Amino acid sequence: MNDSPLSVYQDLVPPMTDLQASAEANRCLFCYDAACTRACPTSIDIPGFIRGIATGNLTGAATTIFAENILGGTCGRVCPTETLCEQACVRTTAEDRPVAIGRLQRYATDAMITSGRQPFERAPATGKTVAVVGAGPAGLSCAHRLALLGHQVSLYDAKPKAGGLNEYGLAAYKMADDFAAREVAFVLGIGGITLYPEHRLGHEITLDGLRQTHDAVFLAIGLGGNNRLSIPGEDLSGVEDATAFIERLRQSPPSAPPAVPETVVVIGGGNTAIDAAIQAKRLGAAEVTLVYRRGREQMKATGWEQELALTSGVILRTFAEPRRMDGDGHVQTITFERTTLSDGRLTGTGSTLTLPADLVLKAVGQTLLTGALAGIAVQGGKIVVDDAAQTSIPGVYAGGDCIASGEDLTVQAVEDGKRAAHAIDATLRLSALTAA
Amino acid sequence: MADLRCTIAGIRSPNPFWLASAPPTDKALNVVRAYQAGWGGVVWKTLGEDPPVVNVSSRYGAHMDTERRILGINNIELISDRPLEVNLQEIAQVKKDWPERALVVSLMARMEESAWVELVRKIEATGADGLELNLGCPHGMCERGMGSAIGQVPEMVENVTRWVKNATRMPVIVKLTPNITNILWSAEAAKRGGADAVALINTVNSIVSVDLDAMAPTPTVDGKGTHGGYCGPAVKPIALNMVAEISRNPFTAGIPISGIGGISTWRDAAEFIALGAHGVQVCTAAMTYGFRIVEDMISGLSNFLDSKGMDSLEPLIGAAVKNVVNWNDLNMNFSTKAVIDQDACIDCGRCHIVCEDTSHQAIRISAGEGRRVFTVEPDDCVGCNLCSHVCPVPSCITMQPEPATQPPLTWTRHPQNPFRQTAPETV
Ligand SMILES: Cc1cc2nc3c(=O)[nH]c(=O)nc-3n(C[C@H](O)[C@H](O)[C@H](O)COP(=O)(O)OP(=O)(O)OC[C@H]3O[C@@H](n4cnc5c(N)ncnc54)[C@H](O)[C@@H]3O)c2cc1C
Ligand SMILES: Cc1cc2nc3c(=O)[nH]c(=O)nc-3n(C[C@H](O)[C@H](O)[C@H](O)COP(=O)(O)O)c2cc1C
Ligand code: SF4
Repeated sequence: MNDSPLSVYQDLVPPMTDLQASAEANRCLFCYDAACTRACPTSIDIPGFIRGIATGNLTGAATTIFAENILGGTCGRVCPTETLCEQACVRTTAEDRPVAIGRLQRYATDAMITSGRQPFERAPATGKTVAVVGAGPAGLSCAHRLALLGHQVSLYDAKPKAGGLNEYGLAAYKMADDFAAREVAFVLGIGGITLYPEHRLGHEITLDGLRQTHDAVFLAIGLGGNNRLSIPGEDLSGVEDATAFIERLRQSPPSAPPAVPETVVVIGGGNTAIDAAIQAKRLGAAEVTLVYRRGREQMKATGWEQELALTSGVILRTFAEPRRMDGDGHVQTITFERTTLSDGRLTGTGSTLTLPADLVLKAVGQTLLTGALAGIAVQGGKIVVDDAAQTSIPGVYAGGDCIASGEDLTVQAVEDGKRAAHAIDATLRLSALTAA
Repeated sequence: MADLRCTIAGIRSPNPFWLASAPPTDKALNVVRAYQAGWGGVVWKTLGEDPPVVNVSSRYGAHMDTERRILGINNIELISDRPLEVNLQEIAQVKKDWPERALVVSLMARMEESAWVELVRKIEATGADGLELNLGCPHGMCERGMGSAIGQVPEMVENVTRWVKNATRMPVIVKLTPNITNILWSAEAAKRGGADAVALINTVNSIVSVDLDAMAPTPTVDGKGTHGGYCGPAVKPIALNMVAEISRNPFTAGIPISGIGGISTWRDAAEFIALGAHGVQVCTAAMTYGFRIVEDMISGLSNFLDSKGMDSLEPLIGAAVKNVVNWNDLNMNFSTKAVIDQDACIDCGRCHIVCEDTSHQAIRISAGEGRRVFTVEPDDCVGCNLCSHVCPVPSCITMQPEPATQPPLTWTRHPQNPFRQTAPETV
């Protein structure tokens, strides 16, 4: 029944062997002002770290990566490198095959994380404290950089585990062997960060309270809500948000994965939809159909991800928009109207398509939950920040998916966190100077 | 983090990585960029007497591997082609702006004391940290009686060194040419002349390739070429041997050595230092990749020292010298055999054919499951290492020493040696 050969919990892309890493590292041309580095949202010195691998200076290689991106381990696994660094690699010009930067990055960072060593030492204590709300990539990155610069950090998260979507959202086959938790331990290993799990802003803690007890606050709460389809039958059982489904499977031990029914329909055209479909397939669903209302070209998921879905046995159907779901308590069918694009506008054709479905996974976008934000300015569903990452409330900063900085990617969240940390640091140092 | 500070002939630098006297150190602009990139010191491009030399157009040839990676560069450039006064002014300014980086000035003159002394006086006035005598340039300058024309004659090496030593308070490094029969002759001469340190190697005489259409050596200058100086990764083995010879020769042992020749990585540098170099100089690697390669050199060397529990360069300097011996002092009862890791083997068959055709016919082929299986017959294997070098997979073929069954025995005492020593060894 299940022709997907790999377990959902196994590495999709295996780690490199020493031989592979050395051969691949030697393909790097060590370009000047390298295009790959310019294409990386965190500006990792890519030729620099690859040279470290080539010369056998693995510690130096990892340190170079972590200097710009403390979550380089996750980024090496989950970044859409085909649209970022590897897309820019000049090797593609003549050879059609970039240097495997993502895999090399994983190779170097894994070595240090596994060794249990820390790449950096903290600067002398500044006596300043910062509250970071949300322990996803943006929060972890900000907390680490602040700790590095000598500040004391309280890191709050609503969930029982830190890591944000690294722990609860990224595809299991990208984060095998409990990597998210191992990486969190590595990040917190720098010291100076106190983690408070199960502290939700608006419940256990409030923005006003944090502002009183800390010198600055960084909000990195991601996008906690999910868009609804708002069609009949959406509340039938067997209809679920894709993120909730992924969270369930990420939190199950590999020995006891969640059961999936025979027919699964996934709705959406982004990362989340693709990940949900592939994981459903790998969990053993006989037929997984991903339905997107526009064409493959308009999908947010990259070409590589679409190919991966196809080779994993997912059926892709495009130009069909969900209209209703039917079933007797539990969903049984979902009906779509076929669509066309004319002049960029999507219109229904009137013709319909009905698919059987035991499970419908909705992946049509996440939203900012503004409840606890206590009047912070929000625009277009994102927290408004200035160039220094500060929100409309002085001393309160924000970054990651909850602001509109770039694409909603792990690497962008890391960069947001890092930049905010430097902005906060500059302000705190200035205030220390003027106070003195 | 290990301390990389380095002292050579009294000249201090924050790390042992200096740029060798060559185009990368030709002017203030480059040198300042090099310091900014992290280089611990530089040896300024060789100064000569005015009027400055004139260079030709088309100056470098290259020897590459099949992936277009540079193994060696050959150059037909001369010494600095800028007016002496401009160089001296820039040197003085750079030294003032970068007091804690090493700045050594290379020089070259005719075989006349007054010519050397006059140059030395002018350089001393700049405040530079030391002098490096270029007795090695193997093209152009030697035809004018300078460079290797001096470096190849031990008496001249000694005389020039003494002239310069007598004329200055500055430390004097004598840069040696490899284009000689025995490096010890010139190294000893330098020491007799009073050298505070030696630097080696300068470039190796070479023709790097022939343009088969122009029917001329490259680089080709208007249809003709000339022999040039070869450097880069390919010359490293030559340089390592010469450094080791100087380190283990009783007369020269302990003289500070600035190791040069093909150093491209921290590991290359560590090897030179283990053979007795106190610091290293780099040219081709910088000319291949730019100055920032020094970042990995610094971090790699310091991580390496950490991994060996060494907190400074001191314990590494010369650490391998005691294990460099004459052939006659090798243990002839030691035996090592090639072993092929069947899981790592990719079935290319190259180990078999090189052993079969050119070594000792020790690698057997048998039929495996859908592939060939190569195994070493220990009785036939002489432990030559050829297969392990030829194998494309690192550590697939390893050399595994056999347990010692007999006490060590050198050729000096070997029963088959007609001139063997018979008296008991005095230990
Ligand atoms: C299914 C899925 C797959 C993805 N796959 C990829 C991928 O392969 N590659 C890639 O680059 N990106 C991927 N992304 C995007 C990436 O995960 C996000 O861009 C990134 O995690 C954003 O980081 P963040 O720190 O801003 O937010 P999050 O990771 O969402 O972290 C926010 C944290 O804040 C906490 N929080 C929220 N509200 C509160 C509150 N009120 N009080 C306290 N804590 C709170 C949450 O518990 C969470 O820990 C994927 C996203 C999803 C949903
Ligand atoms: C283009 C070029 C010019 C050089 N000019 C000089 C020089 O003026 N004086 C000198 O002492 N050595 C000169 N050298 C030799 C280098 O300083 C160095 O000894 C040699 O290149 C070996 O080191 P490497 O293998 O790191 O390049 C020159 C080398 C090159 C490639
Ligand atoms: S490197 Fe190229 S561009 Fe620069 S001087 Fe030489 S030949 Fe001309």
